[in-house]
Amino acid sequence: MRSMEAFRDRKVVAGLLGEIAERRRGLPAPVRIMEVCGTHTMTIHRHGLKGLLEAAGVEMVSGPGCPVCITPNEIHEAALGLVTGRENTILATFGDMTRVPTRRGSLQAAVPARGSAVRIVYSPDESLALARRNPDKEVVFFGVGFETTIPSIAFVAKAAAAERLANYSVLAALWVIPPPLKAILTAGEVRISGFLYPGHVSAIIGTEPYEFVARDFGLPGAVAGFEPGDILLGILSLLDQIRDGRPRVANEYTRAVRPEGNPVARALMAEMLDPADACWRGLGVIPASGLKLKPGGAAYDAEAKFGLRIEPRPTDLPGCRCGDVLRGVIAPPACPLFGRACRPDSPCGPCMVSFEGACLVHHKYGAARP
Amino acid sequence: MCLGIPSKVIEVDPALKTGRIDYLGTKIKTNFALLEDVKVGDWVIVHAGFAISRLDESDALETLDLLREVADKA
Repeated sequence: MRSMEAFRDRKVVAGLLGEIAERRRGLPAPVRIMEVCGTHTMTIHRHGLKGLLEAAGVEMVSGPGCPVCITPNEIHEAALGLVTGRENTILATFGDMTRVPTRRGSLQAAVPARGSAVRIVYSPDESLALARRNPDKEVVFFGVGFETTIPSIAFVAKAAAAERLANYSVLAALWVIPPPLKAILTAGEVRISGFLYPGHVSAIIGTEPYEFVARDFGLPGAVAGFEPGDILLGILSLLDQIRDGRPRVANEYTRAVRPEGNPVARALMAEMLDPADACWRGLGVIPASGLKLKPGGAAYDAEAKFGLRIEPRPTDLPGCRCGDVLRGVIAPPACPLFGRACRPDSPCGPCMVSFEGACLVHHKYGAARP
Repeated sequence: MCLGIPSKVIEVDPALKTGRIDYLGTKIKTNFALLEDVKVGDWVIVHAGFAISRLDESDALETLDLLREVADKA
């Protein structure tokens, strides 16, 4: 795949920004676009697009698209309780998850019980390998993710069942993207003109699950990739939809996203998981916004296996305003802790932890820093 | 979390549906179970050790043409 650099070519990006400013001029103010995905937030700030778009009359607000961030404290604490409370238990999880502060500290700072440990994995496959290598220990994979990650978590649950790996289970925190968009629009706390839809979630689910946004709420949307050129192309499409009064779900990331998504991944999700109401940090309980392992897979569901009683609540630790940031109600610098008590090396909430958390991204690349 | 890396497939075991990809010279073990018929030379998006989507070169080139068209106009 040659010449991918052109997607971030200076001349191309400048040209697109000029065109955005031009098309923006004819539209009534304001134009405020929510980028749903944390990786978009990161790209937009890293390449300086946030300020350039503002100068062109387009305001970007971050949405709830960081799974580490929207996972409520109580679930992080349940993981922590397992590794500190059970002997000979290996808790495997993605790196960001180990640094999220809870009322009981973070996994990184936790003191595991005798013979227990926290292990960082890059791929869910590595957690399976840990279980094979350590037959005398329980391995719990603390699997968190949106649709991008969920198929791989469904894959390891299925593989563990096929292998009859008795010492393996998954503590699942699985979130699906379309329902919170509906929740945000219904609440009406933040007025937005359209959504930039996440590229890699869409590579799995396709474009149909967003149709309700155009149909029921009359709002434009565009699926975009992750290079600066991709994002600006998505914004151009949104401006055209606003101008024409014809909201739809545009796909500006056709090289990776098919209208039907990834059928293999979708089938695997449907085979292993059932929809469930789920509580999001900041957003509260949203109908059918989570996925749970099917009852048949209970042997691999850590909640059932260890009799965990998790009662997730949407609230943050005292002072932390991650919940408001995740709803797009405030920008990170509006939080009194931002850049003061809450910094990348001493985070007070998950949005300052995750690689794609809005607070970390603002702190790293933003102009406003106390 | 949803960071996906465009990478080239350099090794496939069709029976195990695993293999390796090359990302900027680094060769990384990858699971291909979420895609059908992955072949050496394919370009894929890899996320958390799993290939989740195959990149279509003709679509990529079409998007690039569109980008250049807009940029030249401005």
